Amino acid sequence: MGRGRFVDDIVLPGMYAAAFVRSPLAHARIKSIDASAALARPGVHAVLTYQDLPATLRERRMPLFVPHPTLTPRMQYALVKEEACYVGEAVAVVVADDRYIAEDALPLVEIEYESLPAVSDCKLGASPASPRAHLDLESNVVSRMISSVGDIVAAFRDVKHVFREEIFQHRGGAFFMECRGAIASYDAAEGSLLLYVSSQGPHRIKRGLLDLYDLSDTQLRVVTPDVGGGFGPKGSLYAEYPVVAACSMKLGRPVKWIEDRRENFVATHQERDQYWDMEIAVDDEARIRGLRGTLTHDNGAYTPWGIVLPWISVATVPGPYVLPAYHVELRSVLTNKVMATPVRGAGRPEGVVVMERLMDRIAREFNLDAAEVRRRNFIQPSQMPYNVGVIFRDGRPVVYDSGDYPACQDAALKAIGYADFRQRQAEARRQSRYIGIGIGNAVEGTGLGPYEGAAVKVATNGRITVSTGATPQGQSHKTTLAQIAADQFGVSIDAIQVETGDTAKISQGIGTFAARTAVNAGSSVHVASVKVAEKAKAIAAKLLDVRAEDLELRDGYVQLAALPEGAGVASDNARQIRKSLAELAVVAAGMPGFAMQDGAEPGLESIAYFTATQSTYANGTAAAEVEVDIETGRVTILRLVLAHDCGRLINPMVVDGQVMGGVAHAIGNALYERMIYDDQAQPLSTNFGEYLLPLAPDVPRIEIIHLETPSPLNPLGIKGAGESGTIPTIAPIIAAVEDALSPFGVKISEAPITPQRIVELLGDAALGRTR
Amino acid sequence: MTDTRSIVVVVNGKRYERAVDTRQTLADFLRLDLGLTGTHLGCEHGVCGACTVRLDGAAVRSCLMLAVQAHEKTVQTVEGLAGNDELSPLQQAFHDKHALQCGFCTSGILMTMTEFLEENPSPTEAEVRAALSGNICRCTGYQNIVEAVLATAVALRDKRNAAL
Repeated sequence: MGRGRFVDDIVLPGMYAAAFVRSPLAHARIKSIDASAALARPGVHAVLTYQDLPATLRERRMPLFVPHPTLTPRMQYALVKEEACYVGEAVAVVVADDRYIAEDALPLVEIEYESLPAVSDCKLGASPASPRAHLDLESNVVSRMISSVGDIVAAFRDVKHVFREEIFQHRGGAFFMECRGAIASYDAAEGSLLLYVSSQGPHRIKRGLLDLYDLSDTQLRVVTPDVGGGFGPKGSLYAEYPVVAACSMKLGRPVKWIEDRRENFVATHQERDQYWDMEIAVDDEARIRGLRGTLTHDNGAYTPWGIVLPWISVATVPGPYVLPAYHVELRSVLTNKVMATPVRGAGRPEGVVVMERLMDRIAREFNLDAAEVRRRNFIQPSQMPYNVGVIFRDGRPVVYDSGDYPACQDAALKAIGYADFRQRQAEARRQSRYIGIGIGNAVEGTGLGPYEGAAVKVATNGRITVSTGATPQGQSHKTTLAQIAADQFGVSIDAIQVETGDTAKISQGIGTFAARTAVNAGSSVHVASVKVAEKAKAIAAKLLDVRAEDLELRDGYVQLAALPEGAGVASDNARQIRKSLAELAVVAAGMPGFAMQDGAEPGLESIAYFTATQSTYANGTAAAEVEVDIETGRVTILRLVLAHDCGRLINPMVVDGQVMGGVAHAIGNALYERMIYDDQAQPLSTNFGEYLLPLAPDVPRIEIIHLETPSPLNPLGIKGAGESGTIPTIAPIIAAVEDALSPFGVKISEAPITPQRIVELLGDAALGRTR
Repeated sequence: MTDTRSIVVVVNGKRYERAVDTRQTLADFLRLDLGLTGTHLGCEHGVCGACTVRLDGAAVRSCLMLAVQAHEKTVQTVEGLAGNDELSPLQQAFHDKHALQCGFCTSGILMTMTEFLEENPSPTEAEVRAALSGNICRCTGYQNIVEAVLATAVALRDKRNAAL
């Protein structure tokens, strides 16, 4: 029977609890801190401010994960030095016997703030007249990047149809059910640190901490136990982790910090606002000639992921369509809010919404069917591999490796009954019901590099272990990776032990994000398993005096495979000619004083670090049918179909689970999830009563269709799937709401679209009817 | 600063007599004092349902209750669902239907749905979804949870009919 072990379930002897004092203001200068009253509280052992941090943490800011030449980086200190730049930024930490006492002491830490003007909106913040998100900034715009393909000027000069759309998009946060948390345990005798952390990859967290603390590789072990959801933001290195480590170093005790939900709303990274101002040039046949415009992106107060998020948005816009010319200026703007970093989909859903809104606009302008406009613009399978021309965030040009986009759309539309929808819609309207349909097509870069390794090992008791830096948060990595290894060893999945999330188990790792694990770690498991199997055969062949190529692995043994006709050996006897993996592992370990057989490497084990040459591109079409109540603005999703192609499926049940969860996330983004800030960047929606997540009655039965175009870029032919439900699915929901409300001339160029907003857009139309 | 009081509570069939801080939540009592860490805290404001346990049979939020309120009552946590190393029918259905991914919300959902199936042995899909609406799951999109609950209802019905 399985037992979960999350970070908050771990109890170390003598462990203290930490709680953070956080800035209540979005922008403020700290004039003084007096911790004496807090320290006087019985049970409180320490209060640390910036001044109390170890020297390296006072000298160094938090590390930047992904620099970029256009970026003026801005990183924070682990605790605020003098200027707090968002509500929730950690100013001090209290360590006490338990969490209750630590929280008692938080208000006793007396801090005098001087309030400063805050930047709440990124579009306003981009103006030179705006206050600055940090006092010393010349401009809040920390990056301007141009992405350009083809001759954009000629494209707009040569056509007479140009349509402009201004689109505002807000995406909320991850809101995994398990908040963040960490336990640091410093061993003064060894000078080594053990950190348990709920993360998406302990190796990168380790990398950052090594730099912050000047530790050598063997002095730090980072372990991620079971993780209660990640969706992107648990991939970041947060300031709380080095601070908790500092507490343990100072007190000589393990120190645990578990984020509470209110902290999660203000201190865990989120996605946020994007303003798009785009113009599309179309020829007389409704074929796109060019697309140009600007993206203004709310980055939050610091730049831990550089410009990764808006860059992915820009690179995702072209999607499955032929786009001869494309020119976008991306402006990433600092605001006084918690940092915006990737959340499931990582900027891609926004790129898809932009392109699909434009497609719907073209359809409307030309009075063409929305699906037909898309058909006219699809990249055809015969054009693969297809170079889009833009540079993706892996530094390489976006080159789609494979896929059949027209077939994918056809499959989704067939399933949802697109052909007779207008008839259904007309009937519904006769009953005063407003239903609508929408389409969203997406191409998704998956399997980002550089690598994810796998160490495959047969122990001397015959146990087969796979260790990887990939770190599951519910994606069933253990099942999927065990399945790949099991194929090579001829055993059941249960016979493979998969170890994840521990820097002591494999030396290099990147982590689980960007739908990359099946591609990278999966390929590594395959390659390493093949090697170990070959080695087992080679040793067995020698011991059994047969040819290695006549052997197979089955149920823990290396044995003669099916015998050739007339081999003269009864098959029952042939089955006795075998060696167990345990025996072979013992032989492979060597004997003291004896040379290794044929100079073989010792150990029945192999490590592989599969390196993809580029991202592999999955694709999908989501189609949604909705009903809108024009009195209340309530949207009900009647049907939701997702046709998608993530290459070869390793485990359909796992992929379906990923898709369904991803779709639910998109439903939240389309209809419910909104993090609201006032004009001084004070967050107003900091609990689940104010920030709405999709609940079971809000999510329809999701119909999934798999297409399988194997990727040529990895040995298993697979593409990523973890975000495939989310990426194409916001756009069709928005489109379907607009379609439902078309009798009222409602145009929607924003997401999410809430009931209040729908009623507002309907204006007198809705009220007129109900009066 | 805090009072301590002695409570007697039966958890998963076992009687405990403990001194607790009057301000300690039932969830923290279960997790910290009894080491029953299967009960999870997801929001601590009563919305997400991850901490749901059964108190004298009723599914309740253990984050919104104090341990002292459980005095002289019986509590069942997720650890009490499985008997003799065998999963409960609902737990088994969750396993079979891939109804959990990260597993963090799962214990609360199991407790809520176990109570629900006792009260409504033949639910419709809409009734299951309505009953689930007090528990948030961010991973699964709910569909496989609904399937697991419906499948359990059928299995339990068949079992009852066979016993008649």
